[in-house]
Amino acid sequence: MEGPYQHEASDSAYQFTKAAIAKGHEILRVFFYQDGVLNSNKLMDPQADDRHIQKQWSALGTENNIDFIVCVAAAKRRGINDTVTAEGFTIGGLGMLTELAIEADRLVEFRA
Amino acid sequence: MLHLVNKSPFESMGFEDCLKYAAKGSSILFYEDGIYGALPGTAIADRMASVTSDYKVYVLKEDMMLRGIDKIMDGITEVDYAGFVGLVEENKTASW
Amino acid sequence: MVVFRTAPYGGNYSFEGLENVLIMGAYDQDVSVLFIDDGVLAIKKGMDNSGTGIKDFSPTFRALEAYDIEKIFIDRESMESRGVSLEDLVIEPEVIEANAVEKMMEEQKNFFMF
Repeated sequence: MEGPYQHEASDSAYQFTKAAIAKGHEILRVFFYQDGVLNSNKLMDPQADDRHIQKQWSALGTENNIDFIVCVAAAKRRGINDTVTAEGFTIGGLGMLTELAIEADRLVEFRA
Repeated sequence: MLHLVNKSPFESMGFEDCLKYAAKGSSILFYEDGIYGALPGTAIADRMASVTSDYKVYVLKEDMMLRGIDKIMDGITEVDYAGFVGLVEENKTASW
Repeated sequence: MVVFRTAPYGGNYSFEGLENVLIMGAYDQDVSVLFIDDGVLAIKKGMDNSGTGIKDFSPTFRALEAYDIEKIFIDRESMESRGVSLEDLVIEPEVIEANAVEKMMEEQKNFFMF
């Protein structure tokens, strides 16, 4: 996934996830990598009349018990660690994306 | 197979690259800036008309609305996010 | 299947793709690797980062076989349109045509595009 605000990918992924849940699907995991790791940053502070991307994810995750994984290698390169990530986001390895590819019926990539 | 195209065909090769490898009869969804590919009367409208006869072509309504686009070419089907999910139920996806 | 379709360095996708391939190999997945479009440029020989300092990942492509990743393919037309031949590359993928790519894609469960 590409970075929030700079690119629509985060919004598309969020809207898609929400719609999939609404149709009764189980979301095994959302894996954030590349600049997408910035979605987890609780320090983001957008203007009041704009959506708050991290809070949107967090609310959706809490309501539906979704596993949000932030790619550790991508996070480290961008100064994202567990002091910065919001509740509900876990830093994890790229292997968790491979697991998704193995376990999920469908995998959708939102890229720039 | 569902091919996801999110870049404007006027700016990126993504759509053409997708067509090079997409099997005839498969599905293509334009979303984000990809939706501009569905506009009528553009420089690529003729090309798009032939694409719609070989592929099932969809365009994401929410991204059209966001961009003030309300007209699309014949042969292209509007879907909302629920429809997008429906397409993913039926197909594995490739993101260009 | 991991598909490389962008040029290296201008964006970080090739490197991320390579990391993905290695992890999938480590999980003993039957992973295929495919180079199409600008992705064929990611495995060019002779990369020299002394002028920029950006990490050169091309040696890692050479290590793929050591990870038992042997299904590596490249699209002929993408090579030709970019003036690239097999001798220019750090590895020797199997050269295939676009219609073979199309078939291969239909057979795979998942795609990661980089």
